[in-house]
Amino acid sequence: MQRDEDVFLIGEDVGHYGGLFRVTRNLLDEFGEKRVLDTPISEQAFMGMALGAATVGMRPIVELMYMDFTLVAADQIFNQIAKYRYMTGGLLKVPLVIRGQQGGGKRYGSQHSQSVDSLYAHFPGIRVVAPATPYDAKGLLKTAIRDDNPVAFLEHKMLYFTRGEAPPPEEEYLIPIGKADVKRVGKDLTIATFSFCLLQALEAAETLKDEHGISCEVVDLRTVEPLDTETIWESVAKTGRLLAVHESYANCGVGAELVARAYEEAPNLLRAPARRLGMAPVSIPVSRVLEEEALPWKDEIIATVLDMERR
Amino acid sequence: MKPADHAPEAATTDEAALPATAEPRSDGLRNPASITTDVLPSDSASELVVPALPTDLLLEMYRKAVTIRLMEEALLAAAEEGQIGGAMHTAIGHEANAIGAAYALRPGDYVTCTYRGHHHGLAWGMDPGRAIAEVMGRSDGFAKGKGGSMHFVSPELGMMGANGIVAAQVPHAAGLALASYLRGEERVAITFFGDGALFQGVMHETFNMASKWKLPLIFYCENNRYSEMTPIWRTSSIEDIFLFPRAYGMATVQIDGNDVEVVHAAVSEAAERARTGSGPTFIEGITYRLAGHMAGDLETYRPPEEVERQQTYEPLTVLRRKLRARGVDEDQIAEIDEEVDEKIDEAVAFAENSPWPDTSETYLDVFAGSASGGA
Repeated sequence: MQRDEDVFLIGEDVGHYGGLFRVTRNLLDEFGEKRVLDTPISEQAFMGMALGAATVGMRPIVELMYMDFTLVAADQIFNQIAKYRYMTGGLLKVPLVIRGQQGGGKRYGSQHSQSVDSLYAHFPGIRVVAPATPYDAKGLLKTAIRDDNPVAFLEHKMLYFTRGEAPPPEEEYLIPIGKADVKRVGKDLTIATFSFCLLQALEAAETLKDEHGISCEVVDLRTVEPLDTETIWESVAKTGRLLAVHESYANCGVGAELVARAYEEAPNLLRAPARRLGMAPVSIPVSRVLEEEALPWKDEIIATVLDMERR
Repeated sequence: MKPADHAPEAATTDEAALPATAEPRSDGLRNPASITTDVLPSDSASELVVPALPTDLLLEMYRKAVTIRLMEEALLAAAEEGQIGGAMHTAIGHEANAIGAAYALRPGDYVTCTYRGHHHGLAWGMDPGRAIAEVMGRSDGFAKGKGGSMHFVSPELGMMGANGIVAAQVPHAAGLALASYLRGEERVAITFFGDGALFQGVMHETFNMASKWKLPLIFYCENNRYSEMTPIWRTSSIEDIFLFPRAYGMATVQIDGNDVEVVHAAVSEAAERARTGSGPTFIEGITYRLAGHMAGDLETYRPPEEVERQQTYEPLTVLRRKLRARGVDEDQIAEIDEEVDEKIDEAVAFAENSPWPDTSETYLDVFAGSASGGA
């Protein structure tokens, strides 16, 4: 925002309140009301307005308070933003970022806990980014803002509450969209994942190593559209096994896509059936025990890897 | 709103042309004759003043109107022959709304519109040959045949896109107006939609935001009194739809959308309001769609007499009457008709001879190239 005056932030409670999860705190003070716009609860309208502004070269960052509200603004996102460049034969571009948090773990229930990465990835015309670390988030967000395509930038509410890694360096750096990153090196099995599931997979890998002697390589996709299959196949060439993990539904999800592509593009690398793990096919329940049961987190990852190793 | 007591003098210069009395109608629709000059004072301005436009400008507008009409008739003929697929919605009868507005705005202003948008495209200066090529899916179409009839676009003319989803283009115009406001420019955005769009939620969301933020935006409703095939009285909770935007604190005006001078005056006033930071205006242009909702519409929902009655003050008839009243002779009018007719024949030939796009084109324009590094 300091670098480019055409970048502005628009969404519910992003200004005076600083964002429901405090992500945009202090931005209003720094940039003023013409750069940080508090909207009424009108997702369709402000999403459509972002499109209009983007077609004349502005670079809106649209915050959805919960990414679940993608479905409220679905016409503007999937029928308009995703298709605008194509329908106009390339005459107009739509450089905007739709960002917000998604995912479970905080007992927000069925309409505030969904993961929408697979949904976004289904429609041509939108890039889909879902980082898991502060370093990746900074580098990818900058790239997303500068990209001439619409980018869905998916944060995870559990990551807001995760402590550990040092904050990203102050200096300027960019991470390219469409580039995966090997976050843990291993030799027996590749776990391809992203967002909060990355942290779950890293913990699972630690346990699998310590308690079962299984060495997992964990690949952080970071970008869901486009998928960096090159990096994943490189890993699978080494391990011969692939498990795709994410929090959006397993059914017709990113993992299903990845597994299908493994069989289409790199079947010879697989020494055992590739598998995918995602959210159980239920609306997400509130009760702690039920939500944990539905989420494809650490215990599920461990159980699935052990099952794969037994075959 | 009943009438004529609110109607400014200048708007009724065509009085003689209008049916003398408003016949009550059995279907519940008010007789359009009773409301063609029914100009409501807006909240902030008094009555709409309609200055007479120079005859030369009226002649230019007439040429434009004939161009749109003949192009759309040619398109309907091409659709009959099977040269055009999908749904094609003509604006025959709506022309004055687009033309009056286009001439009232400046280069650099923005427009978005509905899938019934051929008239906006041409009024804003798009070339009929390339337009027909686009509708036919040929490579010389402005979007290389990818957008078709429902997605007219020409950014260099400020034409920022027609839309296939009812009311979806409305927030886009609000976004263009927002960009103008944020950048401190004097650009105004206008968005065209039909009466049916008043019942979409996003329309009301945009009314509220545009009014609250005083965006330089003009909401232009082409009220042809049918939401596709259903007359609005069957589905609307209120009779006068301008009451919706009025509830959002917006200046509203109801005008004769078939009269280019009235439209020009109303849009000029709204543009002035927008440029001076006084916020958006809702204009309800009363008009009538003479052709079907789309090519191939059976039109079972309205009696032929209704359409016939409308022929007496459809935009071209109104314009010819105006020109005659100014002393323009029949030969000059006929000459324009002939010239345009030839131009449209050429445009059709151009489109028909335009090659099909290369199949490789299918896969282009999904994504822009690499990051550009800012504006």
